[in-house]
Amino acid sequence: MSRIKEFPLPDLGEGLTEGEILAWLVKVGDTIELNQPIVEVETAKAAVEIPAKWAGVVTRIFHEAGTTVEVGAAIVAIDTDPTAGPVPSAESLAAVEIAPAEGAVEPGLIGGPAPGGRTAVLVGYGPKNTTAKRRPRSGTPSGSTTAAVPPPPPPAGTAVEAPAPVERPAAPANGRLSGPVLAKPPVRKLARDLGVDLAAIAGTGPMGSVTRDDVHNAAAAPQAAALTSAAGTAAPVFDASREQRLPIKGVRKLTAANMVASAFTAPHVTEFLTVDVTRTMKAVEKLKARREFADLKVSPLLLVAKAVLLAVKRHPMVNSTWSGESNEIVVKDYVNLGIAAATERGLIVPNIKDAGRLTLRELAEALTTLVQVAKSGKTPPSDMSGGTLSITNVGVFGVDTGTPILPPGESAILAFGAVRPTPWVHKNKIKIRQVTTLGLSFDHRIIDGELGSRFLRDIGAFLTDPEGALLSWT
Amino acid sequence: MANGEREAGAVPLPAPGGAEHPTPGGDAPAGGFVQLLTPDGERVDSVTTADGMTYSVDFTDEEYRKLYADLVTVRRLDAEATALQRQGELGIWASLLGQEAAQVGSGHALRKQDMAFPTYREHGVLYTRGIDPIMPFGLFRGVDQGGWDPNEYKFNTYTIVIGSQTLHATGYAMGITMDGKTGSPDGEAVIAYFGDGATSQGDVNEAFVWSGVFNAPIVFFCQNNQYAISEPLERQTRIPLYRRAAGYGFPGIRIDGNDVLATYAVTRAALDQARNGQGPSLIEAYTYRMGAHTSSDDPTRYRIASEVESWKAKDPIARVKAFLAKQQIADDTFFAEIDESAKKLALDLRERVLAMPDPQPVTMFDNVYPHGSPEVDGQRAEFERYHASFEGSDH
Repeated sequence: MSRIKEFPLPDLGEGLTEGEILAWLVKVGDTIELNQPIVEVETAKAAVEIPAKWAGVVTRIFHEAGTTVEVGAAIVAIDTDPTAGPVPSAESLAAVEIAPAEGAVEPGLIGGPAPGGRTAVLVGYGPKNTTAKRRPRSGTPSGSTTAAVPPPPPPAGTAVEAPAPVERPAAPANGRLSGPVLAKPPVRKLARDLGVDLAAIAGTGPMGSVTRDDVHNAAAAPQAAALTSAAGTAAPVFDASREQRLPIKGVRKLTAANMVASAFTAPHVTEFLTVDVTRTMKAVEKLKARREFADLKVSPLLLVAKAVLLAVKRHPMVNSTWSGESNEIVVKDYVNLGIAAATERGLIVPNIKDAGRLTLRELAEALTTLVQVAKSGKTPPSDMSGGTLSITNVGVFGVDTGTPILPPGESAILAFGAVRPTPWVHKNKIKIRQVTTLGLSFDHRIIDGELGSRFLRDIGAFLTDPEGALLSWT
Repeated sequence: MANGEREAGAVPLPAPGGAEHPTPGGDAPAGGFVQLLTPDGERVDSVTTADGMTYSVDFTDEEYRKLYADLVTVRRLDAEATALQRQGELGIWASLLGQEAAQVGSGHALRKQDMAFPTYREHGVLYTRGIDPIMPFGLFRGVDQGGWDPNEYKFNTYTIVIGSQTLHATGYAMGITMDGKTGSPDGEAVIAYFGDGATSQGDVNEAFVWSGVFNAPIVFFCQNNQYAISEPLERQTRIPLYRRAAGYGFPGIRIDGNDVLATYAVTRAALDQARNGQGPSLIEAYTYRMGAHTSSDDPTRYRIASEVESWKAKDPIARVKAFLAKQQIADDTFFAEIDESAKKLALDLRERVLAMPDPQPVTMFDNVYPHGSPEVDGQRAEFERYHASFEGSDH
């Protein structure tokens, strides 16, 4: 058995035929252990990590991220005995140029003539053998079922044989594809050998792909980088194969636009307050035990939301929008309370409409529904627009607090950190109390330090003694 | 209440004082559950429920270490199986990740003579029965039909159809009653495993009815892992599952399914009641499936990351480790040894799975009828002729 083993893409989920390589977690040359995650693959059913089937050294990666691969096609080669010395040359990774044995092959196809008098052969593969996989029936004349193009003899001594890869690039936009740079593997190798960055080349090949000539031309051109490093210390070359390129789209794109719009228009100030929330935690337990909350999710977030809503009533100015166009500050009499939710699709901030009018039970109901809907990925766009003030519950991730960025159009956002048992001075003694840190970011154009501080202090006062605050404020 | 119905829930919930906020789906259930070992590894001496049942365990240090070793081992074997599936060596795998305590605890509660009816996920129970863990792999690799002698191991074959094994178990339980094998402390009892989703099946409800009416010596052990593939618990029931038992006229109780001690104590008591002729009971082991439903499923499509994170803090193994370390029952050397031996077992399992021979296609006719039939024999002959028509055929 060959010491270099190729791992074919398995059927990851009962009858799948293909999968898309999402990301490689290893690179050529990496030493890997048995069962170490090496690649993320997405199929029609699930995105999964594939663990290495053998320990060894990665000698080759057949398909880059973004490629759709047929089940059964080799995706990675692993040298399972790297300590045994160099691999015999035929097994090595170097380009093996295979000439077609005979017969005309259409130009541009594998095995056919390529520009420059070369033969287009994908490194390491013979032309795709289109012979049916089924064994021939007894008595069938030999060869009659083979395809018109006979396969060339394999290169002498080639111990590994891989099925042809199936690459399915997306449709070109304006003749040039977005995403990873297109180039055939031999061209990539050439570029690597010559120290040329593929991403910096405007490809002239089909669908904007980079050709062999493009690489030669780029290598011939004097490079600024080469000049500056002429003193003798060669600059390290980081080629594109070590970078991962994710298209910016969907929720990520929207989030980015919102964050940039907000961060560069509203001058943010963030203040922190560490509070003893032991009573809030007790109140949560009491609420859970009450019949009217029986089938609802009652969590500390519910009381934080209540605290924010009550504090807004005492400081209505924090619930406002800076309207530069009309030269106005719009102060709202209603609170559409946003709750930041991390979903698999990214960050979304659905809001509870007119949350200030809800009773505690209605608020709990609304929060429960909001979480369930967000969880199912079905939050309607209407739930995500019109927010006036938000809470981000970063504590669920176990962090203390943060400096949140305002959702566009809002003037305040509260970060609710993890609640931890902490030594705390309580009634002049050091006790273990449930303590959390609140972080409040606000738009300094509207909210001065004084107002922001009072608002945050009131939220903290509520959480320190929710029952007392309810009695004295409402 | 009538029929000796027990009401669980005498135990107040542990204070939510951890580093996490309780999050939806992650907080302890309203109504409480029996817990003898907190997520922080604190031992609760005993728990008395509203009906006066007191639950506790009295393990030796050696037994505690054995429990820990089993928990770690079944998790490690499960991880190896998941990897084998991802490497194309198994067609599918149903991971038990997160449910180790419910399985190891209840498995050890079985006495030698007790009979277990598993689903397709009870790898941990199988392990505690002393069965070679390789046994179910032929099924998942597709090289045999997952068969073994249930009588030899007192462990029925894996059942893929959801909930049907509860009827088989009920029938078996009624059978051992008729054979006079119950009604004494040395009697036999039956345990039927199923999940929260199965409780919506007709089969499970029929099994409840028959068992209740005929006082069958059976423990219905429901691992409520919160999801029936993608459907959350609130799509199965409007009341906690353990309370369903009251409607069928037998006791129901909820345990912290991530607590191996509570699981052991309650399951053993329920099995002993059954073997003594006191009829069926339902145990709801409140737990969480940390992984996918099977290797063909993507849980990120229907549940949020923070929910999974919140359950990580309730890990069934970490709490036992914390307990053993705090009580100085075990030290780092022991933990490292267990990890190492589990790894060895897993690698051995891997080797043996990879060495499983592929069956000849014609063997599919072998077990249709015990003594053959003219119809099947004819099909077999035709199939053999067809295969022999190919070049290089062995047939």
